[in-house]
Amino acid sequence: MQNNKSSAVSVFLGKLVRQQFFIPLTALFLLALFNLIVDPSFFKITINTNSAGNPVLSGALITILDNGSEFAILAIGMTLVTAASKGQDISVGAATAIAGSILLRMLCGTNSRPETIQMPIIAAFLISCVVAMLFGAFNGVLVAYFKIQPMVATLILYTAGRSIAAWFNNNELPIVTDAVFSYIGGFIPGIPIPTPFFIAVACIIIITLVLKFTNLRLYTQSVGINESSARLNGLNPAAIKILSFVIMGLCVAVVGLIKVSRLSTINYSVIAKDIEMDAILAVALGGNSLSGGKFNMAASIMGAYIIQFLTTTLYRRQVPSDALPAYKAVVVIILVVMSAPVVREYFASLMKKLKKEVA
Amino acid sequence: MSKNNSSVQGGGLGSRFKNMTDTNLLLLITIVIFFLMYIGAMIFLGSGFLRAQTFFNILNANASLIILSCGLSLVMITGSIDISVGGVTALISMCCAVYLDYKGGNVFVSVMIALAIGLAFGLFQGFLIAYLEIQPFIVTLAGMFFARGMTTIVNTNPFNVANESFVALKNTRINVPGMGFVNPKGEYVDAYVQIGVIVALLVVVVMFCILRWTKLGRSFYAVGGKAESALMLGLNVKRTKFIAHVLCGLLSGIGGYVYFLYSGNGSAANATGMEMNAIASSIIGGTMLTGGVGNIIGTFFGVLSFSTIQNIVASAGLGEAWWTGITKAAMLCLFLLIQSIVMARKKK
Repeated sequence: MQNNKSSAVSVFLGKLVRQQFFIPLTALFLLALFNLIVDPSFFKITINTNSAGNPVLSGALITILDNGSEFAILAIGMTLVTAASKGQDISVGAATAIAGSILLRMLCGTNSRPETIQMPIIAAFLISCVVAMLFGAFNGVLVAYFKIQPMVATLILYTAGRSIAAWFNNNELPIVTDAVFSYIGGFIPGIPIPTPFFIAVACIIIITLVLKFTNLRLYTQSVGINESSARLNGLNPAAIKILSFVIMGLCVAVVGLIKVSRLSTINYSVIAKDIEMDAILAVALGGNSLSGGKFNMAASIMGAYIIQFLTTTLYRRQVPSDALPAYKAVVVIILVVMSAPVVREYFASLMKKLKKEVA
Repeated sequence: MSKNNSSVQGGGLGSRFKNMTDTNLLLLITIVIFFLMYIGAMIFLGSGFLRAQTFFNILNANASLIILSCGLSLVMITGSIDISVGGVTALISMCCAVYLDYKGGNVFVSVMIALAIGLAFGLFQGFLIAYLEIQPFIVTLAGMFFARGMTTIVNTNPFNVANESFVALKNTRINVPGMGFVNPKGEYVDAYVQIGVIVALLVVVVMFCILRWTKLGRSFYAVGGKAESALMLGLNVKRTKFIAHVLCGLLSGIGGYVYFLYSGNGSAANATGMEMNAIASSIIGGTMLTGGVGNIIGTFFGVLSFSTIQNIVASAGLGEAWWTGITKAAMLCLFLLIQSIVMARKKK
């Protein structure tokens, strides 16, 4: 009886460990526990008034919602790219700089310090979307038709991206003074929750609907799992890979909009720096295989917010921003070692041995 | 028989290209493009490029990149990747600088520190990649983060090293006889290279020998070409991958110190983007990321091409900062397309 019960528990635990949500949930739990013990004020949310005189929420959790939303949006695209092309796009930071540069160029025209914006924000955004999608398609074509590994193919745009972004604006730093434009990366008057969170929610709803009502998930996964059998079944792997990179471009344009709106201007060499690494980590933290195939979108998005949770936690512990990567790296290594199949198998066999000895 | 003969004699170039291995073909393309580029620069841009010292300066500035690229070519040949080399270089330069200036250490120990740091990264990353089978990209990404973060933890402010024996070593010039030029004052100035270049050339020769003539070297190609077949041949795939990463770590230790010797300072901003330059140089040199194809001589020329194009862009009057980035990317793109075509040819 006793034996039966314990085996039922171990089966349950085994199932739990094998769940994809196990890694992100454990990470989240550990981080929350750490903060609860060390610094309970982490969870405090207060209402302040910002410089425009509107009530806004502030606190570490709000920061996570605010900044994590950028990673969440990128994680959507990165998950699709990873699943379809079995590799990662490392050019998202550079592409964000391009999208932001185009946006500013459209809003400001040739004058870098205009009194009013030159065209509606939505039109400028659409143009930057188109440009970002074109650059995405460029990556996609290299990967799909020229069979270059995604990481290497996107290395081209990674190298050139920031230079191209500076080139579009003649290396000037235009400043947008429009009040409405600053709402996108900040707060809409009267709503105390940061706008980027709503944008991320909108993106998540859209991708959920797309995955539910179209064959995108099925097609992407089948191309990622076995390209040649996908082709034999009448799919066009090249088109699906390019599509995933184009969707990535769209995500990049949205993040570019948020980033530029936060600053009202752009710094070509610093904007969205190392964001590609965080986006890739979000996918990996979500328990998705980085070698393509099956994916879980919700887990990736959760991974994105966890990355920001970690970053915010470290900032609260007075870690200087330059030293941040070292801590992040340690956490990442622990997570990937924990989730490595070899390590898991080893522990599974160890558990079995122990059980036998007990019996 | 006769058919065979005619293809050798009459068919000439075409069939010879067809029979070439991928490695040799890509090597040939790289070398030809480098010489075309350099001769073109000599003819159209003249002055600077006609001086041997310009070429030696390219070598001086890129000695560390040559060494790091050798390490990357090695792991890329085994089908893996290492993007931590730039971060490791920064960490080494900072640690050595702090040791030499604040702790009053000597140069020999600082070299040992550099090698130990590189080796430690190689061992740890190699273990995770080869034996725990974690994706190399993620492991070395974490390695890069760790190295960059540690650099600022060791010391935040950039500073120049004032240690006398180190500065003496840094300024040591090895004259190359017969390559000098007469300066505007009418004095003859000898052409020179720095110590780093000698180290880099040694590394290239040693790595070339290892890859070409040793059992270990051939097993790198076998593992990268097809790990399953290599396993069936009785090769220890895991150990081979492990050794490749350890060697790459060691080379990033050497390269890191050579970088430190050239820059002479400790700074968290050192070697920014170096890993991507090293990967790009390896690719231009004909190493394929899919593994199994690559050549150290090609890597050497890859680094030279990659840095010569920057010099050409600068002296062609395209002064704006963005042109460098765009031409580098265009060059990388060109070589990737060539590789892709070579791969397509193989399938036929």
